[in-house]
Amino acid sequence: MGRRSYEREQLMVGATTNLEELKKLAPPAELRRAPVVENNRGLGLLTDQLSKFAEGKVPRWWWILFIPSAFCATVIFPAALIYQVSVGVGAWGNNQPVAWGLDIVSFIWWVGVAHAGTLISALLFLTRQHWRTTIGRAAEAMTVFSVMMAGLYPAIHVGRAWFDWFMFPIPNSNGNWPQFRSPLMWDVFAVNTYLVVSMLFWFMGMIPDFAVFRDRAVTRPRKFIFSLLAMGWTGSARQWHHYEKAYVVLCGLCTLLVFTVSSIVGLDFCTSQLAGWHATIFPLYFVIGAVFCGFGMILVLLIPLRKWCGLENVITMSHMDKVAKLTLVSGLIIAYIYAIEFFIAWYSGDPYERWVFSHRLFGHSYWFMGWILMVVNVGVTQLLWFKKIRANLTALFIIGLLINCGMWTERFVIVVGSLYQDFLPANWGKYIPTIWDLALYVGSLGAFFMMYLLFVKYLPFIAISEVKGATPQGNPHLPAGGAKGEKS
Amino acid sequence: MSEKTYGILAEFDSPAAILSAAEKVRDAGYSRWDVFTPFPIHGMDKVMNLKNSLVGWFALAGGAFMFLNVVGLIWFSNAFDYPLIVGGKPMFSVPMTFVPAYIMMIMGGAVGALIGMFAFNELPRFHHPLFTSERFALVSCDKFMLLVGSTDPKFSESETRKLLESLGGAHIEIIKD
Repeated sequence: MGRRSYEREQLMVGATTNLEELKKLAPPAELRRAPVVENNRGLGLLTDQLSKFAEGKVPRWWWILFIPSAFCATVIFPAALIYQVSVGVGAWGNNQPVAWGLDIVSFIWWVGVAHAGTLISALLFLTRQHWRTTIGRAAEAMTVFSVMMAGLYPAIHVGRAWFDWFMFPIPNSNGNWPQFRSPLMWDVFAVNTYLVVSMLFWFMGMIPDFAVFRDRAVTRPRKFIFSLLAMGWTGSARQWHHYEKAYVVLCGLCTLLVFTVSSIVGLDFCTSQLAGWHATIFPLYFVIGAVFCGFGMILVLLIPLRKWCGLENVITMSHMDKVAKLTLVSGLIIAYIYAIEFFIAWYSGDPYERWVFSHRLFGHSYWFMGWILMVVNVGVTQLLWFKKIRANLTALFIIGLLINCGMWTERFVIVVGSLYQDFLPANWGKYIPTIWDLALYVGSLGAFFMMYLLFVKYLPFIAISEVKGATPQGNPHLPAGGAKGEKS
Repeated sequence: MSEKTYGILAEFDSPAAILSAAEKVRDAGYSRWDVFTPFPIHGMDKVMNLKNSLVGWFALAGGAFMFLNVVGLIWFSNAFDYPLIVGGKPMFSVPMTFVPAYIMMIMGGAVGALIGMFAFNELPRFHHPLFTSERFALVSCDKFMLLVGSTDPKFSESETRKLLESLGGAHIEIIKD
């Protein structure tokens, strides 16, 4: 195999481009690597195809999705916020002992959704997975918007949102400083850093594509806006040289964030003494849970988009297959962690720990939540073993949606399921979300989808220059890239 | 603006063509030239003899700066300016400083890398002499261009044009500043 591929390379680069010879040496179809972009189009056509959607008329499906999202974002969301901030946290179902309710559940869920985006755009770049160029930008945008939503929840959860500035180390006449011994304080730094760094990464990645839009612009306002955004990018080799370096550095830093931000959220839980939270596996648990949930979201976002935007040859079936496989891998790790959690609860011999975990599945109020999460996160995910399922986009879309629900349930089970029955039976309580809890969640979903739809319509949501660079036409050493026989 | 010559621009059709043209221009002894491409061309750094970009050092400096600052801030705020006993824990210790300092190091590194990239690339800039060329807009689409700057000691309008023509450059154009 090794010699064969060497000879093939030699043929592609070297003097003979004899098709017959090449065909003989090519590996069998099932072993061949799928092309990053199908149909083998030229660079110009590819540029046209990738920028067409942002330049064209707003399609009807976009309005159909945009209007309800915008309604949620601009009516329900502010209403929920204004009411909650005016009357206080009591508007929610939060109480004693369940002081963390849907707000923290949704916070962890949104942070989780963000993580897969960074994993795809940063970690898969570092591991040189060329297929990630086509979905990296869309995933990164998902990160940016969901971190925005995530950051909002703790800011309101504090109760007196107007004192949020206490969380930042700002010198003030009261001499107040944040208390850095608490992981909740670390969270403030983690989420803000995550937001800033992923926005920088997202924006820097778009600069060359802004230049594409600038150069293609036909109307004056469009030309003006994209000239400002492209900031004078010329695409010179020297610019690319520094750009690529900065890109690698940012990818490295973002990869660190994939593993840190959710770990820190996990630390919020595991540093407490509560049975069900006090476990060393939590940082890892939250990271993997985050990535798993995010892959579900990627499936939900990309499957309709590739169809409606006519990008089937760019976001190919092979890419969806790979995303599904990554979902399966993270789902398997999650299943393993569930098993370990239950095992440790039994093995620890701690009666409170055992109580909490047996009540996750056979408890008083929320036992059904435990079963939902087991069936969805452990059961449904196993369907992805089958190639037929991975090739069926409807199935993948539904599995993606289910995983998102399943992971939301998981956070509910962790947060509420551990809090509502703590050490003293006299303290036991119950948590029922109110309409304002739900309104805030629906509002944040609306805001997310509104921003995502605006992004898809008006900004380059496929990394045009990266995709072109990953095609054979962009490789100077291949015949498709213009390489002639005489030199390598 | 005075009509000073900025350079001569030639257009090529494929990444391989621009790579070989760049090699020839380099071998002809030119030193102040650049190529403009829709995406980075593999092997161009070597042809242009570009050294390892210093952007990484900017990131390191930014990261180190933030890390040390946050450690200092935590010591100042929690152990010096307003020491407060919380749960009997020490006023200042490694575990409490490491996480926020590490996270802010990432922020510092990212901002440093971006600032470094902007500084080395002289961005943002609102005008560039090349933007006067109509065909230059194709660089972001599917054309590959090579510019020999007028500040090059070997630059001569006729000789350089001849060289670029012989390399197969199309739409050769003199860019005014």
